[in-house]
Amino acid sequence: MTRIYISRDSGALALGAEAVVKRFEKEAKERGLDLEIVRNGSRGMYWLEPLVEVETDQGRVGYGPVRASKVDDLIDAGMLEGKPHKKCIGVVDDYPWFKNQTRLTFARVGTTDPRSLEDYQAHGGYAGLKKALEVGPDGIIEEVLASGLRGRGGAGFPTGIKWRTVADCPPQQKYIVCNADEGDSGTFADRMIMEGDPFVLIEGMTIAGIAVGATYGYIYLRSEYPHASVALRAAIDAARNAGLSATTWRARATPSTWRSATAGRYVCGEETSLLDSLEGKRGEVRAKPPLPAHVGLFGQPTIINNVLSLATVPIIMDKGGQYYHDFGMGRSRGTMRIQLAGNIKHGGLYETAFGITLGELVDDIGGGTYSGRPVRAVQVGGPLGAYFPRDLFDTPFDYEAFAARDGLIGHAGVVVFDDTVDMAKQAHFAMEFCAIESCGKCTPCRIGSARGMEVIDKIVADEDRAENLEILEDLCNTMKLGSLCALGGFAPYPVMSALTHFPEDFGADKKRLEAAE
Amino acid sequence: MPKYETWNPERAVEIIAEHQDQRGATLPILHALQEVFGCVPLDAEPLIADALNITRAEVHGCVTFYHDFRREPPGRRTLKICLAESCQAAGVRALESRAKEKLGVEMGGTTADARVTLEPVYCLGLCHSSPAVMLDKDVYAGLDEERLDELLKEAQS
Ligand SMILES: Cc1cc2nc3c(=O)[nH]c(=O)nc-3n(C[C@H](O)[C@H](O)[C@H](O)COP(=O)(O)O)c2cc1C
Ligand code: SF4
Ligand code: FES
Repeated sequence: MTRIYISRDSGALALGAEAVVKRFEKEAKERGLDLEIVRNGSRGMYWLEPLVEVETDQGRVGYGPVRASKVDDLIDAGMLEGKPHKKCIGVVDDYPWFKNQTRLTFARVGTTDPRSLEDYQAHGGYAGLKKALEVGPDGIIEEVLASGLRGRGGAGFPTGIKWRTVADCPPQQKYIVCNADEGDSGTFADRMIMEGDPFVLIEGMTIAGIAVGATYGYIYLRSEYPHASVALRAAIDAARNAGLSATTWRARATPSTWRSATAGRYVCGEETSLLDSLEGKRGEVRAKPPLPAHVGLFGQPTIINNVLSLATVPIIMDKGGQYYHDFGMGRSRGTMRIQLAGNIKHGGLYETAFGITLGELVDDIGGGTYSGRPVRAVQVGGPLGAYFPRDLFDTPFDYEAFAARDGLIGHAGVVVFDDTVDMAKQAHFAMEFCAIESCGKCTPCRIGSARGMEVIDKIVADEDRAENLEILEDLCNTMKLGSLCALGGFAPYPVMSALTHFPEDFGADKKRLEAAE
Repeated sequence: MPKYETWNPERAVEIIAEHQDQRGATLPILHALQEVFGCVPLDAEPLIADALNITRAEVHGCVTFYHDFRREPPGRRTLKICLAESCQAAGVRALESRAKEKLGVEMGGTTADARVTLEPVYCLGLCHSSPAVMLDKDVYAGLDEERLDELLKEAQS
């Protein structure tokens, strides 16, 4: 029997994986081949998707990108024996782009069958939970604190401290809420975990539940992710069924994980807005305090963590907090799951220790632009993140280093633009997005964003330039200081960074753009 | 065969009853109604308010807050084009104009023959291969003009 792997990740599906599977099935039937097709997650090298891997004595040999119409040629050329071909990238585990990563959270993604609990356990799954049960609630929190793990949802708050706060609340109904709203443009790591290794998220939530004494969990999943929804449901059912029989954790309460689909609002990724939305209300941001850790879902103590924060806990428990802490730099410990996006040659997921520079990421690992034109700007951290020019490519990936340059890492999406970009348009869009998505609770965000668009238009049209520039700066400061949450509070970052680093696009010098066209 | 059932209050009450016992049932109910009727008509609001024992204003506020919920059923197929930054960087604006022109509608509009509704979306999580679109529940990435034209043809057929 020959075993091949073709991803079911929606990124691979979007690039035609399903047609490739159908074609292999057809060829197998016609040629009388004994072929098993495993639907794995994605390795994260999306320029090679659909990637077909063949199990051989040397390891899994990859071919990609494979078109359905070329499947018979590939089989004729001996790909099922792992023979060379121009689409062959060799043994996938040895392929430099993959091999040079430090895959901790993503250790299994792309390797295992995400629907198979046996496969998960055969690859180290539930080792973290086993350890967690041995050391108990205090022991878990100690390990998470020791790991230095900071929330991966954007704010970078230490996960262990959040957990301690909820654990210290007297016994009562407590909740674990997983924030799977992943709304930032340029990000897809949460999606890859949920589709490619959903059990690790469930294991992380289970450990969180034990640590703080919560017996119920919610995954708040965005409605734009129908494939992740199917994958999660399958995994939750499998884990729940196994929970009745698996001896290691039988006696313990597992949060019965229930998911809810969001309804297309970016602001609902903000934790308090998310809670209101889960409760069935308009997703308006709540003032803090009280913290969700004290008064969260349905008024009860609640842990809210990003998918990646929760999915990283199992490996921390398994290998120990110190092991995780040994990766990274400064106060940014462990690994970051960087997502390369936009106009980029090698788009995909790259997990590596903190400290790598923006330039290395974009030029070396990302391979520059897809269009082949020079890179002009890079937006890091989603729609509220700053635009970086080439001059700042020496910035290392580290929460503090980015903050020092008026930027943010956020969920670590890196969106590359080539030299045809009009940065005034991007600044305008940042304000427009804020206006569309504002929850409407505070004036600087609701009104300021609309005013922002007008002022940018005036600057570009060269109307009272000096005066309008001053108004824009003033407006941005008001939004920064007077907004309740980071939607209004951070929208000025992309705007001001565009203006600071690319003033020539704001009417100061129109020639550059014309020359680029 | 029409894709969605025509509005029917008895049927709506049934659907609401299936979901009303869970905590925070509003969004699951709204999604379930839209799945069946293609939209959440104004007439649904008092039914939901009754079932959940909340005010009609609360239900109304909720329906209007979330971008996903519609008042009218969409066309037979829905094409969502991602207009967020990563797809902008990969040239989606040109594809957006092309789709509008070929379908003869603006964003949010439905073609005169009620076949296709065109909508914006802000990130499909496929930014590694921008630009990306979603046709009903199927996703497509790495789009160029040729592939977009094929999809438009499929949507209109
Ligand atoms: C406008 C806005 C949108 C946000 N969107 C998300 C999101 O999609 N996913 C996420 O995990 N956190 C998001 N956050 C951050 C959350 O508020 C919160 O900090 C996070 O879920 C906490 O989890 P962590 O500590 O594991 O990062 C958003 C914040 C703001 C202000
Ligand atoms: S800043 Fe904007 S999104 Fe945030 S609470 Fe205020 S109005 Fe709502
Ligand atoms: S920005 Fe278009 S898919 Fe993410």
